[in-house]
Amino acid sequence: MSKWEELKQQIVDSPVWQSIFRHGYDDTPRNRVLMVSGNVFLHLHPSKVRRHATRLRFTWCMGGITFLMFLVTTVTGVYLMFYYRPTAEYAYADMKYLEFDMPFGMLMRNMHRWAAHGMVIAVWLHMFRVFLTGSYKPPREFNWVVGVLLLVLTLLLSFTGYLLPWDQLSIWAVTVGSNMGRATPVLGHEGPGHELIPGLNNVYDARAFLFGGGEIGPHTLLRFYILHCIFIPLVTSIFLAVHFWRIRRDGFSGPAL
Amino acid sequence: MAKGEARVAEKLAVAEQRVVEQRLQREKVARDRAALGGLWSRRDVFGRFGWGVFAAFSGISLLAAVRSAFPRILFTPPTAFKAGPVSDFTVGEVNTKFQKDQRVWIVREDEGVYALFAKCTHLGCTPRWLTAENKFKCPCHGSGFYKTGINFEGPAPRPLERLRITKAEDGQLVIDKGVKYLFEKGEWDKPGAYLKV
Repeated sequence: MSKWEELKQQIVDSPVWQSIFRHGYDDTPRNRVLMVSGNVFLHLHPSKVRRHATRLRFTWCMGGITFLMFLVTTVTGVYLMFYYRPTAEYAYADMKYLEFDMPFGMLMRNMHRWAAHGMVIAVWLHMFRVFLTGSYKPPREFNWVVGVLLLVLTLLLSFTGYLLPWDQLSIWAVTVGSNMGRATPVLGHEGPGHELIPGLNNVYDARAFLFGGGEIGPHTLLRFYILHCIFIPLVTSIFLAVHFWRIRRDGFSGPAL
Repeated sequence: MAKGEARVAEKLAVAEQRVVEQRLQREKVARDRAALGGLWSRRDVFGRFGWGVFAAFSGISLLAAVRSAFPRILFTPPTAFKAGPVSDFTVGEVNTKFQKDQRVWIVREDEGVYALFAKCTHLGCTPRWLTAENKFKCPCHGSGFYKTGINFEGPAPRPLERLRITKAEDGQLVIDKGVKYLFEKGEWDKPGAYLKV
């Protein structure tokens, strides 16, 4: 036994290593199952996946790509947060600064942007594939509903992120996009049934709840920032866990080979 | 496939057992309840009281959270402005003095005065008051409105909006752009849409 192998054996036999990696690397069916079921992240997955369920021609891997895009936006988003201040005075200047003056800032900002676009595209294609293969049918109908919620959350993530550069495009795009809020049934001051709640007006209705006022202002920037960086990612993560967990419980769809 | 069949049989047995257990439990609860003769047990009292307090607290907290989303102070320009005394306005004329700063026209008639919001109901341009032709004309797509605000030509789908007009204690006209009166909803008859002088 060489010196290196001896050292390696010592490390692998040490209590620290043994407490983290409990099952070794033996490539046996039993060990593989133990590796998956004993890992807090992997245990959401089935410990065994049949070959047909991972066939690319069937899955398009669109769910996986969506998740990858989510991870990319999360990591690059944390990087961007270090340089971005969500106040009306600084937001636009910080956006310019992190893009043009920070080392690798342009790369990070563009990765965040393109991963966000990619996530929206991939999530639609994932939905399309699930629809085409009939994978939404019982017993997977619950997971379809969770998936629709995740689609909405993905769009909301994009929408809230759109405001953050704080330039004319983002302000007016969000102004137009949130006009829907005014027409919310009952809760919007211009929506059907708004008479049912007395006192609804431009600054007390569904859109003002989102904006913190009658129009886009500093309140809105901060709110969208917090929704974009904390609230929606948190909710999305929870639903992602449920989504993956349901796949395991309901079993993978797909034709047997 | 003996193994598979055995597994199915086992699953069925478990399901059956579960049904029996649940039935027994329900019967036990029903017996206990009957023994009390319609009274609440101590556990019922404390349980319902506790959950009631919890629900009330949660509900009030939720209302407070929603209310706190609407700031008390908004740093936006006030929607109302003072337009001077009625005597500043000539009967029969459309006053465009406030068009630039406030986007408002004030029209004085024999019996009273009203304020029009200077925003075309087609796509939101600012129309012009043409004295010679006695109409409002939008430069963007040619919508035309009578002095009353009623649309009569061009693509505008509805009349101009009127704004709330009142008289302050010092005799000046006060126009509130935050309150709009729409003709098509019959709101021009409401007090505030027209100030009798």
